[in-house]
Amino acid sequence: MLDPPSWSGHRPGQHVDVRLTAEDGYQAQRSYSIASGPEDEHLTLTVERLEDGEVSPYLVDELRPGDELELRGPIGGYFVWEQSVGGPLMLIAGGSGIVPFRAMLRHWEATDSKPAIRVLYSARSLGEVIYSQELLSLSSLQAVEVRLALTRAWPDDWQGHRGRITPELLHEASWSIDELPLMYVCGPSGFVEAIATALVDAGHEPARIRTERFGPTGS
Amino acid sequence: MMEPLDGNAIAGSLYELFDEEMTIVTGVCRHCGAARLIAELRVYTRAPGVVARCPSCGNVVFVLVHVGGTPRLHLDGLALQR
Amino acid sequence: MLSAGPTPHTPLDEWSFTIHGAVDEPVSWPWEEFLALPSESVTVDIHCVTKWSKLGTNWRGVSIDTLLESVDTAAEYLTAWCDGGYTTNLALEEVTEGRAWVAYEFGGEPLEPEHGGPARLLVPHLYFWKSAKWVRGLTLTLDDEPGFWEGYGYHNHGDPWLEQRYQGD
Repeated sequence: MLDPPSWSGHRPGQHVDVRLTAEDGYQAQRSYSIASGPEDEHLTLTVERLEDGEVSPYLVDELRPGDELELRGPIGGYFVWEQSVGGPLMLIAGGSGIVPFRAMLRHWEATDSKPAIRVLYSARSLGEVIYSQELLSLSSLQAVEVRLALTRAWPDDWQGHRGRITPELLHEASWSIDELPLMYVCGPSGFVEAIATALVDAGHEPARIRTERFGPTGS
Repeated sequence: MMEPLDGNAIAGSLYELFDEEMTIVTGVCRHCGAARLIAELRVYTRAPGVVARCPSCGNVVFVLVHVGGTPRLHLDGLALQR
Repeated sequence: MLSAGPTPHTPLDEWSFTIHGAVDEPVSWPWEEFLALPSESVTVDIHCVTKWSKLGTNWRGVSIDTLLESVDTAAEYLTAWCDGGYTTNLALEEVTEGRAWVAYEFGGEPLEPEHGGPARLLVPHLYFWKSAKWVRGLTLTLDDEPGFWEGYGYHNHGDPWLEQRYQGD
């Protein structure tokens, strides 16, 4: 959680660029989607710690409240959703791609007009699912449907989808074309490419699909 | 990891250059004429500079370099429009 | 690894390496003949422009000296050209006398497409953008002609020890 001195708010789905400067002047820069909604009190970034990552181990292990980072942002005008945009919404996330959707869901919770939302979230295992409590409680609402696909490991009694998202699962989990959903897809490049192509092949309108690709470094 | 990112990945650098949100601007590819939002371009960031390619024809549409710390955008293959 | 575009996948039976330009007669080797050329195993450090260096990497390839024996030229420069359209320029004196190779093996294995295979230029003493991936030939030139990144402001020479990243460094 961060408290930038002159933060003037953000739109759900935007990101910040974070720059670390080491003692010898070496700089590393990464982009992180903002996980908090605009109505939340603090700015929250969720960082996945990569073993051989250049930036993430520092941010996760070393960073202490009171540390200073350089932030640029909020940035992004394309991959955003606000209540004025409407719905119904289809949010499809691969791995850390769930982060910008959390910001959208936080915003959704805080506003009056609540279009129906369907979330399809692909993660490698249950242990890698983030915001699981929040997603669980949201899914108990009538207007929200959350589906998980676990791609590598799942409990023996797992009732959700096993393995990667298939065209069949996508079809089952999505709104029909007539319902004119707004679709957001976020995650690793390959994932986004495959899902977006499948949505278009299924007949959804490309202009109603917005995508954001993450690199392996989580940026 | 050869998979390209998209224009969202360089939104910050573009904002610095233009002082404006650029990912929602439409670019018309000079090679094939396809009109796409900058957010939808295929962006390769793991190189001395950043190369953006048209998702339709694959040709280079712009190159962003940081020469001595100053960002410089070579808009060779793209026409911008609102 | 550095890349400015999608990975090309040229089938080996369509691959060839060519030296042309300011030469008396151009020369070209298809893949099997290229592999039959005298080759060397080299272990080198490589320097990336983003300030990291990879130490002790092992490659196998044909020395540029060996390749240039097949042509007569008064050229002082070359432009390496590659599948995917990438080019980079080098002075001949930077790639001769055992300082550069066309490499087709990395760590004892055939070079993978993602790392520049089937063959890439290897010029370890310069910044790694000069070690062009997917190289298909050299155009020998009388004058220094900027390649892809050099045309966008990167240094024509690219010596890491002189920190020559950009024109004017």
